Amino acid sequence: MSIQAEVQATAATTSPTATAAAGGFAICANINAPAGSCTAIVGPNGAGKTTLIGVLAGLVPLQRGKVVLANQVVDEPAQQIWVPPEHRPIALHNQHNLLFPHLSVVDNVAFGPQSAGIPKPQARHTALEWLERVGLSDLATAHPTQLSGGQAQRVGLARAAACQAAVLLLDESLAALDATTRSNIRHLIADIDATKVLVTHDPVEARILADEMLIMEDGLITQSGTPQEIATNPKTRFTASLMNLNLFTGHCAGTTATLDCGLTLTTATSAHGPVLVTFSPTAITLSAQQPQSSARNVWETTVNRTQPDQDRVRVLLGQPAPCWAWITPQAMSELHIADGSRCWAALKATELTVQQA
Amino acid sequence: MRQKQPPTTLLAAAALATAVLALPLVGLLQRTPWSSLGAILSDTATLQALRVSVVVSLTATAVSVALGLPLAWVLARVPFRGRALVRAIVLLPMVLPPVVGGIALFFALGRRGLIGRALHNGFGVDTLIGTTAGAVIAAAFVSMPFFVIATEAGLRQLDTRLESAAATLGASRFTVLRRITLPLLAPSLAAGATLSWARALGEFGATITFAGNHPGRTRTLPLAIAQANEAGQPEAAIAMSVLLIAMSLLILIGLRHRWITPRVDTSGIGQSANPSPTSAPQPPQKWLP
Repeated sequence: MSIQAEVQATAATTSPTATAAAGGFAICANINAPAGSCTAIVGPNGAGKTTLIGVLAGLVPLQRGKVVLANQVVDEPAQQIWVPPEHRPIALHNQHNLLFPHLSVVDNVAFGPQSAGIPKPQARHTALEWLERVGLSDLATAHPTQLSGGQAQRVGLARAAACQAAVLLLDESLAALDATTRSNIRHLIADIDATKVLVTHDPVEARILADEMLIMEDGLITQSGTPQEIATNPKTRFTASLMNLNLFTGHCAGTTATLDCGLTLTTATSAHGPVLVTFSPTAITLSAQQPQSSARNVWETTVNRTQPDQDRVRVLLGQPAPCWAWITPQAMSELHIADGSRCWAALKATELTVQQA
Repeated sequence: MRQKQPPTTLLAAAALATAVLALPLVGLLQRTPWSSLGAILSDTATLQALRVSVVVSLTATAVSVALGLPLAWVLARVPFRGRALVRAIVLLPMVLPPVVGGIALFFALGRRGLIGRALHNGFGVDTLIGTTAGAVIAAAFVSMPFFVIATEAGLRQLDTRLESAAATLGASRFTVLRRITLPLLAPSLAAGATLSWARALGEFGATITFAGNHPGRTRTLPLAIAQANEAGQPEAAIAMSVLLIAMSLLILIGLRHRWITPRVDTSGIGQSANPSPTSAPQPPQKWLP
């Protein structure tokens, strides 16, 4: 159930001024997603991410190009092929949720299975299972107007997932969730057996869930690759600032976090079990010798690469914990930092953010 | 905290407006022969007029719904040149004197009329004049615009993204219509049908001009009232007027405010502080290319 798409489309934008000025808004993109993979589309507001999802779903017609979903050509203007949304192997969760206001929560979630011809009792049974999975089974009989933003988002996600489509399209599906719920729903999405395309603003979400990341800016894909490739080699300013976050997975026991890469860090907040540890590149201090400081975490490392960027230098550190450190050009020359040189990294425990994975 | 009181001048003006509309009714009720009301209303002629009224108004409403729904759909959803002109023509019977409508119908559908002659030659349908079918056409002519205007407004308020969302969950066009569009449109359809029914019930001018005044066929309550009034039977006219007023009031009370603010039915569910999603202002429709 793979996706191959060469996309050239013009779509209405949300901004009336942009429409007036440009008469629409063009996007151009290539997607190649093997069956069962997860592709994250990341980009600034107005980059065309939702339009791209709309092209895959059949809500926005292509002008040129070709969309192939699960080996079926669903849109190819040159061959006059166009398959409407309801006949594509997709289910979409829109960022506005768009729950049906006249149906109860469980009937909203049962809508997809029922549309596929499953009798109402079985469809409701499936719906209740999904509501259970997103933690909302006690709200099954509620109406959408009674839900909070985060609850509505989980219902919307459950409604799309309950379709059990080969391709699951998720547009900002976790944006309104608090940290704990977000972590649960991330696991849920990871476990769904479908080819997934997700639009997100959250680099953590993209890096954890995605096999492949597409960075979209001004309607174009400016970079693509695995999250690791993009994190270690951002090609545009947007990507660099998006990846302005060092992220590690690991296990926490109290205030000691053992990262999967082998490094052990002391954290300020206590946690237990699998965790995500993040810190800003500006939180790292580099020194030529082993520093005597209040920083709890000090380790020796190698400089893999340096990238000057206007008023700062981005330094990619190597083993034991590959991460970015941002320093000033002056510091770089004083410390004699160059590709391949050795140095010491220091990181205060209070600069670490620990969340349950 | 004390609730804020509306200004006295506003209340006085509203009371005056209510008086202008209600006083004639009070005058009528004051002259109503309450003791003989039962006898007049159970009179065969009255019951006959009542029966014709009910049959004609309900059939006209059914015609208005059957023809008006597709029309409202096209006006709301299909952009075409001259849409404003078509809408104006469709709504014209609301502002025309009904007698003008009756004359127009006569010259179109009468035996020598444009379409009437074709019906006569082609199908042997001799004439609609003097028949209940003619009275239904006259009533539908004046009442359908009420249904169309309410339904078109409802369709325009409906968030089309909900229909797109249903399609992206695998719903066919028919399923979208049956499970999303029509249920969301139901309050507007009910309001439009009720208004149209109330208008058909009160119809006089077009009916008498086009279909004529034939007892048992085209003589509806309003025609019977005018007949009694002119024949020097004011008591009968008043009694039947009271009956018609009572029927119309019941319909309008049942309508409540729905034709002003269509609401999504949340019956059986606790009151929500949120405004109804269909009446809330919608964000720009991002999905429409």
